[in-house]
Amino acid sequence: MKKKVLTVDDSRTIRNMLLVTLNNAGFETIQAEDGVEGLEVLEDANPDVIVTDINMPRLDGFGFIEGVRKNEKYRAIPILVLTTESDAEKKNRARQAGATGWIVKPFDPTKLIDAIERVTA
Amino acid sequence: MTSLAKNLTKAGRELIAFRIGDQEFCVNVMSVREIRGWTKATPMPHAPRYVLGVINLRGVVLPIIDLSARLGMKPAEPTVRHVIIVTQVMDKVVGLLVEAVSDILTINEEDIQPTPDMSSEFERTFARGVLAIDKRMICLIELEAVFPHSESEAA
Amino acid sequence: MDMNEIKEIFFQECEEQLAELESGLLRLNDGDRDPETVNAVFRAVHSIKGGAGAFGLDDLVSFAHVFETTLDCVRSNKLEPTQEVLKVMLKSADVLADLTNVARDGGSVDQARSAQLIRELEALAKGEAPPAAATPAPVAAAPKAAPVAKAAPAPVAAAPLVNDEGFMPVAFSFDDFGGEEESVSDLPAYDIVFKPKSELYTKGNEATLLLRDLSRLGEMSIHCNMDNLPGLDQMDPETAYFSWKISIKTDKGEDAIRSVFEFAEWDCDLEVTALDAGEAGEGSDDDLPMQPVPFDLSVLDGEPDAPIGVVEEEEQLAAAAAAQEAAVAAAETASNVLQMAGNAARASAADKGAAATAAAQNNAQQAASAAAPTIRVDLDRVDRLINLVGELVINQAMLSQSVIENDSNGVSSINMGLEELQQLTREIQDSVMAIRAQPVKPVFQRMARTVREIADITGKSVRLVTEGENTEVDKTVIDKLAEPLTHMIRNAVDHGLEMPEKRLAAGKPAEGTVKLTAKHRSGRIVIELSDDGAGINRERVRQKAIDNDLIAADANLSDEEIDNLIFHAGFSTAEKVSDLSGRGVGMDVVKRSIQALGGRINISSKPGHGSVFTMSLPLTLAVLDGMVVTVAGQTLVVPLTAIVETLQPDAASIHSFGATQRLISIRNSFCPLVDVGRILNFRATQANPVEGVALLVESEGGGQRALMVDAIQGQRQVVIKSLEANYTHVPGIAAATILGDGRVALILDVDAVVAASRGQSLQQESSLAAAG
Repeated sequence: MKKKVLTVDDSRTIRNMLLVTLNNAGFETIQAEDGVEGLEVLEDANPDVIVTDINMPRLDGFGFIEGVRKNEKYRAIPILVLTTESDAEKKNRARQAGATGWIVKPFDPTKLIDAIERVTA
Repeated sequence: MTSLAKNLTKAGRELIAFRIGDQEFCVNVMSVREIRGWTKATPMPHAPRYVLGVINLRGVVLPIIDLSARLGMKPAEPTVRHVIIVTQVMDKVVGLLVEAVSDILTINEEDIQPTPDMSSEFERTFARGVLAIDKRMICLIELEAVFPHSESEAA
Repeated sequence: MDMNEIKEIFFQECEEQLAELESGLLRLNDGDRDPETVNAVFRAVHSIKGGAGAFGLDDLVSFAHVFETTLDCVRSNKLEPTQEVLKVMLKSADVLADLTNVARDGGSVDQARSAQLIRELEALAKGEAPPAAATPAPVAAAPKAAPVAKAAPAPVAAAPLVNDEGFMPVAFSFDDFGGEEESVSDLPAYDIVFKPKSELYTKGNEATLLLRDLSRLGEMSIHCNMDNLPGLDQMDPETAYFSWKISIKTDKGEDAIRSVFEFAEWDCDLEVTALDAGEAGEGSDDDLPMQPVPFDLSVLDGEPDAPIGVVEEEEQLAAAAAAQEAAVAAAETASNVLQMAGNAARASAADKGAAATAAAQNNAQQAASAAAPTIRVDLDRVDRLINLVGELVINQAMLSQSVIENDSNGVSSINMGLEELQQLTREIQDSVMAIRAQPVKPVFQRMARTVREIADITGKSVRLVTEGENTEVDKTVIDKLAEPLTHMIRNAVDHGLEMPEKRLAAGKPAEGTVKLTAKHRSGRIVIELSDDGAGINRERVRQKAIDNDLIAADANLSDEEIDNLIFHAGFSTAEKVSDLSGRGVGMDVVKRSIQALGGRINISSKPGHGSVFTMSLPLTLAVLDGMVVTVAGQTLVVPLTAIVETLQPDAASIHSFGATQRLISIRNSFCPLVDVGRILNFRATQANPVEGVALLVESEGGGQRALMVDAIQGQRQVVIKSLEANYTHVPGIAAATILGDGRVALILDVDAVVAASRGQSLQQESSLAAAG
């Protein structure tokens, strides 16, 4: 069965790149435009792994990760943070919020898939 | 490359032949979108004599050219028996008024003979070549040259 | 979708982000201190940087990065967004826009300008921010990123995999797993002690997966320490009880090993020790009761969420076995235990935090209600819909007409149905048009940039005030508005506003104000551009007009007429050709492009107080309200907006004037008569005015004309069809339409007709003149 990836990113460009990359790698991809939408679609999407941006309107990546972790069902789902942020403070916050891993944009498709493979069975 | 030239690069193409007066002409079938009966056109101010005006072709404003006048012959007096050949070159669509469609021809590239050298304006501008079919002579029209030209467009 | 399409999307997105950026900066400039405004501005630059990075647009990335860094200082309140700061940022936004354009269309940017702004941005970030982590310049921040791992021994901090980009994953190959067994013994060997903390599991990491990845690096053996596993009664499913000691032989190096644990770094204790040859796998920690366990990767191929009971080793995992026994037994394969722990963690999570989740969802919903939902649609689809609705309107009109012609009773249920159809059609049309309607905001925002640039070049101090930015108008109109507006703004700043010292001397503030407003008025959009400059120098305009033979030396012109002379071709009062207006574009071009949109433009000026340009444009280029008239047997449509009134001339009011001119007297003034049929060459001689109807029209250069037509058929809304699509521009004709009888009718270009009738001095302005 195809693994499902939920991607949360406010940039249309990045959403499209994720879509193409993930679909080509054989994943099923569900996309949300910000943290709020990410939480809204979470239940229906029932993803195996989440890839999220940090800087987003309405609800940022930190808030989104916290929201996911509060959902009993997704308490232990792998969440990869995809962002251009590179300072330690932000990374630390993402981790405290419950992020599993961290990928720096611009992402290399191979690295993205690698990272997803790494956190999923 | 014009659509006509493109279509002439391969052997075995179809042409639509039609009559104006006692002469026969043809155009590449690939450039023809449809053939329809004559409807009265809305005249255009300041138009060349060969532009009969515009008609409504399913919402598109279609200029109609009197091909006879365009080719330097006697202006047509359109009747219900006349037909309009709706042709397309690049992204422009234009209707050509002719007397009747006479034939659909399948020819080879070799069948097209160069126009005899008579240095008339007609042959230089509009004729792409001539065909000998069943003792008839059919002139292959250079569609692009027939279309209302953009001398005035440039302004 | 391929990369080129995504790139196109990226550039579209850039445009939106740039608009967002500029409007945010302008709001900040106006004193807005809403954190969300700062966030939005930051996000805009950030987004551009992110996408640009994906396409390797390095210039864009590096500029965006510096910009973003400075914005982050504002965001974290380390830099006060003063006017000075915002000035730099607005200019930076312009450069960012330039860089984006260059990335899309090629060309080059002003390198000196962008380098200068980079310096200014960096100075802002450095100058006011605390030196430490405040400016997250990646290189500077990198060393701080590394040593954070709490209990991790020194090697982790020094690990080069934590590079300046943060947790950049290091690619490693899975291919080598299982290959070249015979040479394994020669490979470097490492001992690894891996002790997960409970947090590891709550962040979605799985020790099993880490071990799996590790196994792909080479041949390894694993010892599992279960000493800390308590009795079941004391077992907290959220706690990590196991630790592993792993011996591995790999030629991938220590970095590769560490990179496997990269995501888990903070949530485990990790020791990696390189062993000398021969020492490998001897397991020096004999005091730990570790036992070798087979590492069974196959278990990972199963469903990760499989119930605990479904485990391969049946003999040890009898269904009835006590939970503790099961756990211990399962621990014989490390992976099984981990899987169980993971499941336990997931299961226990089910009991907790439900309330918190509900709260989070509440918040989310509140946030969601703030923005109206929108969808993004291809313009092609909208245009196709608009075309189809246009067809529908025409068809409906044709149907109505033929029913009326064939239905002698006049009153029938068909007629009623038709009326309803007409109503519905009209409503559909309005709704479809509304889809294309867009606020003028983006164009207004572009003008802000224009003002900044010209202010810079001219050394004038200018403030742009905009009003009614959300006024909506058809997208086509908006697209075509930018160019004339840009030119007018340039003129207003360059010619309209005085230099600061001159302004001060005149008792005005040194800073000039240019005001741009938009509003709807009687079915049109009215855009006003005003400045508080010196106003039009009428004496100079008049002299210039006389010099250029535009008017007679003794012409008696009203102030308004003089002001409007500036719209005449070739007219320019600027004594030196400045580099702004140096492109040879005069106000006549502005006027013509406004007219091409079916618009009108006028100027009114007050010496010493400034000028006001007023443009009135149709809301859409797709339909217009017209008067259907007959001229020389032809049906024509005259745009209703052009018509002031209609008159039935009587013989007494017609006066011959010279050889061919005729005037009509209207309330004691004389107005030139223009025979539309003659001017369009529909007839060879002028028609008798008394037999027709006169349409009094207002023309652009002031002054009225009476257009003679033969008869008025009625008023109706018509769908505008392009003549140029398949033909060419026709002088005197604005466009075509299709009437109820299915025939094409031409829409009159009133201004062109009036201009053509006006006489010698304005010949060049007339498009008819060229037609001959």
